[in-house]
Amino acid sequence: MDFSIFLIQCLNALQYGLLLFLVASGLTLIFGIMGVINLAHGSFYMIGAYMAFGLAPIVQSSFGGGFFATLLVGLFLAIVLGYFLEWAFYSYLYEREHLQQVLMTYGLILVFEELRSLIIGDDVHGVSAPDFLSGSIALGDTMTYPVYRLFMSAVCILLAIGMYLVFTRTRLGMMIRAGSSNREMVQSLGVDIQFLYRVVFAAGVAIAAFAGMVAAPVSSVYPNMGSQVLIICFVVVVIGGIGSIRGALLAALLIGFVDTFGKVLLPQASGVLVYVLMALILLWKPQGLFKAG
Amino acid sequence: MRQAPGQANQQLKPASTGKRRMLASAVVSGLTLALAGAMPVIAQSKDGKLKVGLMLPYTGTFAALGTAIENGFRLHLNEQGGKLGGREVELVKVDDESDPAKATDNVNKLIKRDNVDVLIGTVHSGVAMAMAKVAKDSGTILIVPNAGADAVTGPMCAPNIFRSSFSNWQPGYAMGEVMAKKGHKRVVTITWKYAAGDESVRGFKEAYEKGGGKVIKELSLPFPNVEFQALLTEIAATKPDAVYTFFAGGGAVKFVKDYAAAGLKKSIPLYGAGFLTDGTLEAQGADADGLFTTLHYADSLASARDNAFRLAYAKTFKLQPDVYAVQGYDAAQMLGVGLNAVKGDISKKAEFAAALKNAKIDSPRGVFTLGKSHNPVQDIYLRQVVGKENKVISVASKGLADPGRGCKI
Repeated sequence: MDFSIFLIQCLNALQYGLLLFLVASGLTLIFGIMGVINLAHGSFYMIGAYMAFGLAPIVQSSFGGGFFATLLVGLFLAIVLGYFLEWAFYSYLYEREHLQQVLMTYGLILVFEELRSLIIGDDVHGVSAPDFLSGSIALGDTMTYPVYRLFMSAVCILLAIGMYLVFTRTRLGMMIRAGSSNREMVQSLGVDIQFLYRVVFAAGVAIAAFAGMVAAPVSSVYPNMGSQVLIICFVVVVIGGIGSIRGALLAALLIGFVDTFGKVLLPQASGVLVYVLMALILLWKPQGLFKAG
Repeated sequence: MRQAPGQANQQLKPASTGKRRMLASAVVSGLTLALAGAMPVIAQSKDGKLKVGLMLPYTGTFAALGTAIENGFRLHLNEQGGKLGGREVELVKVDDESDPAKATDNVNKLIKRDNVDVLIGTVHSGVAMAMAKVAKDSGTILIVPNAGADAVTGPMCAPNIFRSSFSNWQPGYAMGEVMAKKGHKRVVTITWKYAAGDESVRGFKEAYEKGGGKVIKELSLPFPNVEFQALLTEIAATKPDAVYTFFAGGGAVKFVKDYAAAGLKKSIPLYGAGFLTDGTLEAQGADADGLFTTLHYADSLASARDNAFRLAYAKTFKLQPDVYAVQGYDAAQMLGVGLNAVKGDISKKAEFAAALKNAKIDSPRGVFTLGKSHNPVQDIYLRQVVGKENKVISVASKGLADPGRGCKI
């Protein structure tokens, strides 16, 4: 592998890692702050991707909006969905044991998949990226790098910075962090913890759906896309430490590099390498790389 | 010592009542089991409804394929007035979710719980292999309407197992001949590391290297991983004359789009087994234009038979048919041919197989026969994507028969 190819592979790894962070950050938020194992996270990602596909023609015809208008509409709908789901289902899961959370959220996966099959059908669909982001940048003489993937990486970095600022610099972030360490104390201090959790959950769903919408032009929409993404998200969260955004970012980047270079250097073992990485990290640090917060 | 309220009662119950109860329940369960065991004997083998078990993916990545196969099967059934071989057909469906781990249980559900006379399935090769094993052991007639695993008409073949689709080797071999003739000297192959991908590449390599070409690298990634960027960079670094690939479904859409986005489409021509562009053209858009693929069906065959089929399918299901629908349609045709020969008596398995061995199936893809190992001997077409269709360019391989290596029937 010569140096220029090595650099391009590093770029691939970085971009994949950032995309993984984008998708997994919602999961670590819900898992870490609220202590709920949310298996339906992959379904929210799928809902986002299908919204990008399904809403695009509607947004186009009602007020001539393009990709970004669809993103905003989808984001708003995801927040509403998250708010409703928390009120209807998840609010019962906080004090329950993990098995019950798994059962409820697994049931939600089945419901969402069936609804998707009924409403949109089982075919594979493509989503086109907006024109000004559809070009490519030449890298060397044979390869080009799609501009849209660079855009996705930029979005991930912005989101990471945004989440960090909200958590550490705002009152809301302070209340969320306090609520995750001691729910009752925060309640007795006069903060409406119920409403707070609902906001956090809606944010988690919105981030997952947003990730789906942003990734849709690259990954296309097809049945089962949610479950494929879910497993790798859990690996990110477990390696990074449950509830830690910093950890999720580092873990996602690690997985990006291991997966990319694994595919090239050790193709027979590439399917297993990410899990080997997880096992090694857990042996060294059983709680994951970072603690919550 | 204080005891909980319920416990005192349990201690006072006489032992004889407990024993009596056990005896009663043993007798009842014994009777139930005996009756259940007697049921299969009551099931008919020559009169009454013929039970056909459809084991297809109705959920998951291959759901659209499962639906297309069932639609094709039902279309032929409707054309025959709901009867095959003089018997009314009753369909029993099981969703196999394309999961090999659940396959054996699902097949046994159809054979033992639902007592089907004939099995039709499936799409995923891993699931089909499990079905073939159970069918081989139980003797139930199995017609495979898609799964191309070479083993089904290879080492796992049996007198009661038939296929109406293809073997993974066939389209690959045909493309190997095409690419060797086109003068590409150095080729890289890329696919998922599972039965269908490996066998397709193997078939390709056999013909291609016989024709004087050299496969310089064989790339693969685990199924159903769709992160192709690292391997696309590898392809660019290797600079081959052309690339041969096998992908299907969502993965095929993403690969074609990623290949074009990485700028490789202009410099390194991409060829593939037909599944790369079947059922995926709408999602792939302009990125698929001009791609050459080989398959036993195409969208523009324009024969009278194909036109009639396509019209009937579009009218009934409000969809355009694809190769999967044709395979489902032909599975029903094959079942009909066999049943006509045995006059509906499904227990005459030897006559059923003999009838199919000598049959010429009038398929929308063209006329095909079944080879020694019960796999279609058929023309493989070379197609190119033009507009939103796979247009036939030529016949890549006429009357191509899978060698059926390892089959002993």
